[in-house]
Amino acid sequence: MRYAMVIDTRLCVGCMNCVVACKTENNVPDGFCRDWITETVRGEFPDVRLEIRSERCNHCDNPPCVSCCPTGASHVREGGFVMVEKNKCIGCKACLLACPYDARFTHPDGYVSKCTFCIHRIAEGLDPACVSVCPTHCMFFGDVDDPASGVSKLLTTRQHHTLLPEAGCRPHVFFLT
Amino acid sequence: MHALSRRRFLKISAGSVAALGASGVIASGFARRASQAAEKGTRTVPTYCNVCFWKCGAIATVRDGKIWKIEGNPLDPLSNGRLCPRGTGGIGANYDPDRLRTPLIRVSARGKEQWKEVTWDEAFDYIAERMGKIKEEHGPESVALFSHGIGGTFFKHTLRAYGSANGAAPSFAQCRGPRDTGFELTFGTGLGSPEPTDIENARCIVLIGCHLGENMHNTQVQEFAAAVQRKATVIVADPRFSVAASKAKHYLPVKPGTDLALLLGWMNVLVTEKLYDVDYVTEHGHGFDEFCEAIATCTPEWAAAETGLNVESIRETAREMARHRPATLVHPGRRVNWYGDDAQRSRAIALLNALLGSWGRKGGFYTPSMMPIPDYPYPPYPETKRPKVDNPDKRYPFAGDSITTGIREATITGKPYPIKGWFVYATNLIQALPNQEETIRAIQNLDLMVVIDVAGSEIAGWADVVLPEATYLERFEELHIGPFKQPFVGIRQPVVEPPHDQKPNWWIAKRLAEKLGLGAYYPWEDVEDYLKWRVEDAGLSYAELKEKGILLGEKEPLYFADGVPAEFDTPSGKIEFYSEQLAEAGFDPVPRYTPHEEGPPGSFRLLFGRAPVHTFATTQTNPLLSEMMKENELWLNAAVARRLKLKSGDRVRLRNQDGITSHSIKVKATNRIRTDCVYMVHGFGQTAKGLPSAAGNGASTSQMVTRYKVDPLMGGTAVNVNFVTLESES
Repeated sequence: MRYAMVIDTRLCVGCMNCVVACKTENNVPDGFCRDWITETVRGEFPDVRLEIRSERCNHCDNPPCVSCCPTGASHVREGGFVMVEKNKCIGCKACLLACPYDARFTHPDGYVSKCTFCIHRIAEGLDPACVSVCPTHCMFFGDVDDPASGVSKLLTTRQHHTLLPEAGCRPHVFFLT
Repeated sequence: MHALSRRRFLKISAGSVAALGASGVIASGFARRASQAAEKGTRTVPTYCNVCFWKCGAIATVRDGKIWKIEGNPLDPLSNGRLCPRGTGGIGANYDPDRLRTPLIRVSARGKEQWKEVTWDEAFDYIAERMGKIKEEHGPESVALFSHGIGGTFFKHTLRAYGSANGAAPSFAQCRGPRDTGFELTFGTGLGSPEPTDIENARCIVLIGCHLGENMHNTQVQEFAAAVQRKATVIVADPRFSVAASKAKHYLPVKPGTDLALLLGWMNVLVTEKLYDVDYVTEHGHGFDEFCEAIATCTPEWAAAETGLNVESIRETAREMARHRPATLVHPGRRVNWYGDDAQRSRAIALLNALLGSWGRKGGFYTPSMMPIPDYPYPPYPETKRPKVDNPDKRYPFAGDSITTGIREATITGKPYPIKGWFVYATNLIQALPNQEETIRAIQNLDLMVVIDVAGSEIAGWADVVLPEATYLERFEELHIGPFKQPFVGIRQPVVEPPHDQKPNWWIAKRLAEKLGLGAYYPWEDVEDYLKWRVEDAGLSYAELKEKGILLGEKEPLYFADGVPAEFDTPSGKIEFYSEQLAEAGFDPVPRYTPHEEGPPGSFRLLFGRAPVHTFATTQTNPLLSEMMKENELWLNAAVARRLKLKSGDRVRLRNQDGITSHSIKVKATNRIRTDCVYMVHGFGQTAKGLPSAAGNGASTSQMVTRYKVDPLMGGTAVNVNFVTLESES
């Protein structure tokens, strides 16, 4: 069992519903967010290409935020969820520096916070909030170890990329192009 | 130019609240909040959204007395269980600390924004006394209503009962009116909302200046994404490389103001190359020969010279449309008050669809149906003695609705008769109408101005009386019976109680009517009596509607092929390629392109549009949505920016052709826009000129719109006729 998120950038319109839904679902404090929208523009007008991406923690297979954590607060759960145990977190910010995706922030209550892939919803058989609200249906979540899953099929049939593969973290958020 | 300040207004109102902290009104608010806080556990309430006009079915979840989240109602055919970011973020307005809390009455000069807090009774007494005086001195028609959205229903009712039919929404003359007129002149019926566009089944979608995806018309965006998914051909013509353009097979970077030339060029190709739907046009068309003659000179070569596009791309896209017809949808767009000939431009879009045979066909335009729900049996309204004031002598002969700016003009001139009272419900007229100075001049002529709103909008700052409304998550509302593919009825019901002394619109309108001695027009006690009567008289279960939020009707035929009669409510009874009624009224019977005025050398045409996280100028106070987009940016072509030594993030001010300078705005240097125009999202820049701009929430498009052109067919006010230069702030 290895969970991953697959996002079809051809469909995404960058509306930010994923960002708003994450904020309400997870009660993310004002001024912070666990996911965000990035746009990459290539070319000169009018021969332009635009890629819009909904980005978040990549729940890496080789997460530097976990290996650098002095207290074990950052850890990996079964299924590949990279999590922070807030009671163990001392707010040292080592993981904030280690993460090449800038996916973490310090919660006003002093501990580090970030995307959890909505593990509480996965446990109930639901999709992550961002996936479930997307009006363009551009986001998919599932088990990449299962070749019959929707995400596995997308990754075998469609061109895709990850962010900063050169960082060697083996991220598990994939962008279809 | 008068400067306005929403912030100043809010500050004063918040200050007076603190000063009166021990008053009974506020105390009762706190008591209610305490009871909410005591609520434990989770519950859900189905309702429908109000953050824009689409009115998607939603389900709110309350946890421990506080709204936790809002999601789409899976039963709702509009949202299909998925909202847009504004719907998801709708909670923000409820917990906005700057919400209006109690009724306010102005205590110094209008626009100075100094108030005293009053009880609802005092506010109603004040309003009723002034309305009585206006009726006596000028007649009841001298009170007008401006409103936006379904919440205006009961205010319209109260004013009709009082004796005035004068009322208008900016959604006509400042938005989609030209389009409805253009389609009505051609097919005999306007488009309404939601537009009956069958994007779901289209094989080719043509967007001309329509930025679907940035305007989050939920159903349409969902269907558009599905169309992209199944590889429908998308053609986008836009001076800006919009999000939709990034999904397109063909992107045409049309010069702003020339799209009518492009439309005529496309039609010329379809006719010359005989690519149009000959059978459809022969069967349903009227005046086709005259039409062909009129567009004979509009060759693609001619169109290319006007639009700045290359000839082959015009030809190829016309052929592409023909290849997929009749499942080619040329989208009519939404806000189309651009250049002053917009009804004719929209008529050209209608005619292009007619050539492709898409009206009444699968993948083009379907025929919507509505749930048959009877109106409540109110007593008949008193007869109004004078005709409506907004369009005297049918100056705009093809206006299908009331014209806001016509009411404003009558308020300024006193002709054809004076307007002395304004009710403004849920529309920030300062940003919604062109030329802010005219709006303020009109306001200064009033004996009474009442604003009903959730937050202290700019327009509220000019009111004599401000009435605080409960948010859509705290109130019952008129039923939502939209025209759509499947008939449905939706209910809005309170999820939580208002935190202070805010009241729902129905309660305000009813109480006001009672104060005016018009209680007989509200034979029901509670709005639920009214809703229940309508729903049950239609043979539906009110209890089931409350439980599910949405009830669906039987599907009816959508297309000519399924049995929708191919009838056209035009003078000829056909699709009017040539319009005798336009000719008789002295207008072009077939749309004709006239080049639009260019700006001074070195200036940019100012274009504007929408962002997915905001609705007009009404959501900038929502903390959740404002966090997503706090300020707008000025889109400037990257090469031009280099020439002007500007880069993204630099701050500039715009100066328009009339010497008006904008608030500070950040530059977005981008390869996604032409060199001859700049673009910004509407609704921002609500900070007063003359106040420190440290808060810096962008610039106002409306402030720059000192010039506007009026569409001679229907009175729409075109605003894409302003030009700006940039002044660097660094």
